[in-house]
Amino acid sequence: MLSPSILVAAIVNGLLTGALYALVALGLTLIYGVLHIINFAHGALLTAAMFAAYFAYRWFGIDPYLAAVVLAPAFFVIGYALQRFIVGPTSHGDDRNMLLVTLGLAVVIENALLFVFRADTRTIDLSYALSGVDLGFAFLPLPRLIGFGVTFVVAFALWLILSATDIGHAIRAVAKEKLGAELVGIDVAHVYAVTFGLGTACVGIAACLLIPSYYVNPSAGNAFVLVAFTVVVLGGMGSVLGALIGGLAIGVVESFSSLFLGESLGQIGIFVLFIVVLLVRPNGLFGAQA
Amino acid sequence: MSEHKLSLSRRRFLASAALGTASVATGTIAMPSILRAAGAPVKLGVLHPVTGALSYSGQQGRLGATMALEEINAAGGIKSLGGAKIDPMLGDAQSTPEGGTSEVEKMNAAGVSCIVGGYASSICLATTQAAARYDLPYVVDVGVADSIVTRGLKNTFRFGPGFGVIAKTALDNLVAINDGAGKPAKTVVIVHEDSLFGSGLAKLLNAQLPPKGFQVLDTIAHPTPTRDFNTIVLKIKAANPDLVIPANYYNEYVLLARTMLQQHVRPKAIYSILGGAASSYKFVKDFPDAAKYIMDCNHWFNPLSAKAQALKKQVEAKGQFFTYEVYLNYSCVGLIADALERAASADRAKVTAALAGSTWSGHIMPYGPTKFVNGQNQGAAPCNTQVQDNDIKVILPKEFANGKPIFPMPA
Repeated sequence: MLSPSILVAAIVNGLLTGALYALVALGLTLIYGVLHIINFAHGALLTAAMFAAYFAYRWFGIDPYLAAVVLAPAFFVIGYALQRFIVGPTSHGDDRNMLLVTLGLAVVIENALLFVFRADTRTIDLSYALSGVDLGFAFLPLPRLIGFGVTFVVAFALWLILSATDIGHAIRAVAKEKLGAELVGIDVAHVYAVTFGLGTACVGIAACLLIPSYYVNPSAGNAFVLVAFTVVVLGGMGSVLGALIGGLAIGVVESFSSLFLGESLGQIGIFVLFIVVLLVRPNGLFGAQA
Repeated sequence: MSEHKLSLSRRRFLASAALGTASVATGTIAMPSILRAAGAPVKLGVLHPVTGALSYSGQQGRLGATMALEEINAAGGIKSLGGAKIDPMLGDAQSTPEGGTSEVEKMNAAGVSCIVGGYASSICLATTQAAARYDLPYVVDVGVADSIVTRGLKNTFRFGPGFGVIAKTALDNLVAINDGAGKPAKTVVIVHEDSLFGSGLAKLLNAQLPPKGFQVLDTIAHPTPTRDFNTIVLKIKAANPDLVIPANYYNEYVLLARTMLQQHVRPKAIYSILGGAASSYKFVKDFPDAAKYIMDCNHWFNPLSAKAQALKKQVEAKGQFFTYEVYLNYSCVGLIADALERAASADRAKVTAALAGSTWSGHIMPYGPTKFVNGQNQGAAPCNTQVQDNDIKVILPKEFANGKPIFPMPA
């Protein structure tokens, strides 16, 4: 019953969706790679960024893709401040404490959003949301194509920052050997905060890409972060390339398993792949090069 | 007496403090009603899930109930009780059955004459039973599960229609609309969320549609939330059905309709039964193109009633959408006020008897004569609506219709 064109359409669709998973996962994997903590506040920060993108459009008429230019630095500052003044100091140097603090942050942010914005679902309707490229067997909506492109730009930018700048070298040094980095004079607290800021900036951009085709309510971000966790482990914790490839792979697997097993059962596909990779390559696909 | 008051408000205060900011709001609203208990007013429990997953619906329900109360009180209260005002005791079911029953306990202790609300079937099932223990009359506002009124609880009344009646009407009307257009629709794809509501409806449709001449090509289940509907729409495109029947909640309904529009999948009709967004003013306002021509069988007000239109304007003036939770709760409070008037008493047994014998008319719903059998209003019925001209029109039943079905929908 399923013609080849549907399979191709499903792959394309999976890649487009997977790129967004990858972008959310990029921030998560960066924070994990350096701070060695799983940032539980990632989903709540994504939701907060989606609200920001929504209101930028509703109040000031700023196009979400334009808003990304403002939201990325804004969320970098927020992330930096969160790590520098809340997560860092309250963890007293113990990574396990950081994990709990981010969990607490998630609860606070989500409930603050619920209190202020109630449980209403909010959406925006862009004039060009319905335009795109028609391949005949599938229609590629413009918002999703833009999302796909931006993900690659962000991943490349991150890779460039990590490999070609002083702060990038410092981040990698701290990730590899925290004590050693401290001994050669690297300000570890600053590097931690910069990393957290970069991860949060990714979320700010992801939110701008999501809002034109998704909706926002106080728990909207969580739907993406659960997948992003899977992507991070699959790609290798701390690996930028791993997050990118992992995100795209998860997108395609999800699309295929939903096509053959149905949407409800389709989620199984993701986790089967997840378990298989963990068994065969416990460090993830690109885990070694953290 | 004063000690009793003190302990109640202290307990309430402690509970609120523990449950965080959201419940603090509830606590402060509910407290004055306890302190005011000394006079003649009749106490009415107004119970909704105003926090948690169902908070939007709960808050809309509370809005409808309080608007009715304000109107009744401003018009002179219950005349047979010497103009007694109805004093609401607001409760929060916190979107869980347990939350609902604990509020019923509090309301009983505070001496309410009747309770209205519940919203979700699961909450209503629990709260009606809890209220039955105290012979406390309970008017269900929405809760469509048929089991709510088939358990033989003497205290439980439902003014609106149940699931069985809605499903039957929806299928009969689908056949009528299709026949009226010369039977252009023969094939169906059902897209449903995978919990009790969607799965139950999908099962019913799979059993009922084939005998009525429809072939079900595919039944697609999806979880809530679903992030992306593109694959589902690909499947719909491959099956190429005449009708798509979605059975899911608001967010997924909107995403599905938008993705279908985006992927140029235009069946002859999108037809829903209790559709999450199909007859929602918010959906029509946010995405007029995706919502266009969607048909739904759902709770609806009588569009020909001037009183209903006036209420709609009032609600919209408050910056809220005129959703079914609002007018169903508004109507239920009217039903209770009518019963209190005839009972001429705040006594629970007398109110229950007055509700059971109610023939209330002059309401804003498109219902037949009010008559309760085993707690279910036999006059209650859903309407078929269609999104036309950026508005939602009633297309069936004919006596309440303000529009004609546009089917098949224009390309």
